[in-house]
Amino acid sequence: MGIIPLSYLVLVIWAAGCSSQAPSSAVHSADVPAPGDAFVTGSIGDARTLIPILASDSASGEVCGLLFNGLVRYNPRLELEGELAESWEISEDQLTITFHLRKDVRWHDGVPLTARDVEFTYQQLMNPQVKTPYSGDFERVEFFSVIDDFTVQVKYKEPFVPGLASWGMGILPRHLLEGKDLNAAEFSRNPVGTGPYRFLRWKTGELLELQANADYFEGRPYIQRYLYRIIPDQATMFLELQGLGIDSMGLSPLQFHRQTETDSFRKQYQKFQYPSFGYTYLGFNLKDPLFSDVRVRKAITAAIDRREIINGVLLGLGRELTGPFLPDSWAYDSAVPPVLYDPVLAKQRLEEAGWSDHDQDGWLDKEGRKFEFTVITNQGNDQRRMAAEIIQKRLAQIGVSMKIQVIEWSSFISEFIDKRRFEAVLLGWSLSRDPDLYDIWHSSKTKEGEFNFLDYANTEVDELLLQGRRNFNQEERRRIYHRIHHLIAHDAPAVFLYAPDSLPVVHRRFRGVEATPIGIGYHFIHWYVPQNEQRYTR
Amino acid sequence: MVQYLARRLLSLIPLLIGITLITFFVIHLAPGRPTDVLTDLNPKISLQARDRLAKIYGLDQPLPAQYLQWLSRMGKLDFGRSFVDDRSVWDKIAERIPVTLMINLLAMALVFVVAVPLGVFGAVRQGSFWDHWITLFVFVGFATPTFWLALLLMQWLGIQLGWLPLSGIVSLDFERMNFWEKVIDVSRHLTLPVFISAFGGLAGISRYMKTSMSEILRQDFIRTARAKGLSERQVLYKHALRNALLPIVTILGLSVPGLLGGSVIFESIFAIPGLGRLFYDGVMARDYPVVMGILTIGAVLTLLGNLLADLGYAWVDPRIRVGEKG
Repeated sequence: MGIIPLSYLVLVIWAAGCSSQAPSSAVHSADVPAPGDAFVTGSIGDARTLIPILASDSASGEVCGLLFNGLVRYNPRLELEGELAESWEISEDQLTITFHLRKDVRWHDGVPLTARDVEFTYQQLMNPQVKTPYSGDFERVEFFSVIDDFTVQVKYKEPFVPGLASWGMGILPRHLLEGKDLNAAEFSRNPVGTGPYRFLRWKTGELLELQANADYFEGRPYIQRYLYRIIPDQATMFLELQGLGIDSMGLSPLQFHRQTETDSFRKQYQKFQYPSFGYTYLGFNLKDPLFSDVRVRKAITAAIDRREIINGVLLGLGRELTGPFLPDSWAYDSAVPPVLYDPVLAKQRLEEAGWSDHDQDGWLDKEGRKFEFTVITNQGNDQRRMAAEIIQKRLAQIGVSMKIQVIEWSSFISEFIDKRRFEAVLLGWSLSRDPDLYDIWHSSKTKEGEFNFLDYANTEVDELLLQGRRNFNQEERRRIYHRIHHLIAHDAPAVFLYAPDSLPVVHRRFRGVEATPIGIGYHFIHWYVPQNEQRYTR
Repeated sequence: MVQYLARRLLSLIPLLIGITLITFFVIHLAPGRPTDVLTDLNPKISLQARDRLAKIYGLDQPLPAQYLQWLSRMGKLDFGRSFVDDRSVWDKIAERIPVTLMINLLAMALVFVVAVPLGVFGAVRQGSFWDHWITLFVFVGFATPTFWLALLLMQWLGIQLGWLPLSGIVSLDFERMNFWEKVIDVSRHLTLPVFISAFGGLAGISRYMKTSMSEILRQDFIRTARAKGLSERQVLYKHALRNALLPIVTILGLSVPGLLGGSVIFESIFAIPGLGRLFYDGVMARDYPVVMGILTIGAVLTLLGNLLADLGYAWVDPRIRVGEKG
């Protein structure tokens, strides 16, 4: 660690204000990979813990991803590939997975990684005293055995396809944690992993700093330091980006379209756009008499102009979707026709269902009851609130009165969603890479606290969901999920509104940044800054 | 006096227990559970896992039992562990006290240094052109939304002029600076937050000062002082100001508990890891141990502040020491 002269620091800070000082990105002669520099990124929230099996928030997950490795991971084609596992085999009966570990992996303290570490991690996941929220997938394991130092075998009670991806969970070092209470372990503030970066320091609420792991088994990362700054306010974060205080952040559609379309910004930053792993929907409480009729649900679907919402709320930076899978997933059946915006048809359908304006007050009614319902959504997500307002206006045009109620998150979940105190809900799902949607759509998952809170039930879908998670054959799985997509779209338990895009920006001095379907982070260890453009040198 | 002090100290205990009892039940009245926030709406997190978390936290027990557990831990000065990251609540609070205290002290000092002269000026030159302008200025300050002013100043001083850093309390390379560089770095970072939090407080103190000063100036002893032929300077600063400052000192004393209270708004905007944000995040995450910890410390400080004030009065004014004479 060298000492930086003050003059340099002052220069860095003061240069932050001068927009005229464009970086020398025009010089490409020196554009060769060079180690060094730091990547500074901003996050709204601080990490909570750096133990991967305890980390449930996105900040913790992001940092853990650089410190730890799983046995498997997704590649940019959304296929599973080995990370700590060199290879794996699935037995004939599809019950047993055998992982062969890499033999050249060392923990950041130099101790080699072995099968015992994997076993230890599994035991911690199953330990009822450990506060992990991820035990679900691992409870299906019937038997875990260590074959030799670099081979482990997992036997499932029944074939369980998402089980394979669940081994992407970060593996913990047994030699440092054995016999300790994982919940209270000092380790969570000073973790030792196998990943491309080592832990350096963590100033709570301020900054997390990681350092390149020179012995990383996939090669040393070029970027020497990774700084994770906690900036709780979006507006401040954007100012910091303009002031070059951070190198990267995720933009809102408004920032992406309106506030960054200047030459000086483009000179400094590279913008990326790729689909995020989530979508927003308007879900109906299917137990509510108002929405038990599929004609009503379909009428409402037709009365909502999805394109208008995407243009208005996301400024076009998102996609329409027709079913419960993400448009880019292989599970998504693009043959399912989109429901077109057609208020006339919507009105017709409602009339077939008995809803028309008998009393001439401008609102539809049936047997003396006005067509009126309340949609609830959570506080803190302006996009959802705006989408609700657009829907409100469209529904009013066909004579349906919709009210909007915005509720703080924790009350929203425990008092309204879990207790089914809603008629309709505007929410989103973040999905995993595997298309298994058993927890969201299977009719057994309707208890308080479970995720099928719309009370969707379709025996064929139930059966297919089970088949889908039991069959390792990709081609057959694709057919199964296409059929599920078709059936759910037909039942219209929800209006699938939009899948927003992720909109990250990265400073131009970083080379090798590439947007893939799984984001820009996959190649992070190959990012580099040419020598003459490095900003943070020691 | 000793007897009085002992009695007062003893009476604080039931009061403190009463406060914690009420706060405990009130924060548990808010709908929602810590496990909702911890687990979000992630389909990979099963219901069983959520129940397991609730059990580990002891949330499956009845509220009175939870309160008694909390109270018995508090008896041993153990604030418990945060639900969110399992760190000791005391550590979480302690690491945020220095920065919160520093900003509040600086802001308070700035408020007094600016507001007292403004108030004196207003009293002496009551109704003058400048008096009207100062009144307008401090009330504009009082009415300006903090976040809006903060963002404008950040845009102007931080981005356009580049004079000040935007957020945080230290630069990224703080660790490698020498002592004076560190002092300069922290001062540059604190300039805007301190200014912003002081700006809104000017109105109150300067008004108090103005009222108090103009009342004193109407008193007989001021007329006497003037009649003695003292210079206006001596009348104002030696006789009037000293007396006029007394109520202001009382206000100063009352704001002591507030020194540890942070403002969520400016702490968020300036990315300052202070107590206000810890408290706010704790409430949003239903992190009961942290919320209770901060409220208890606040209650203790308030009670101690009141006690000190009372003791001060008792010291000066024998009439208050009623108990001793029966």
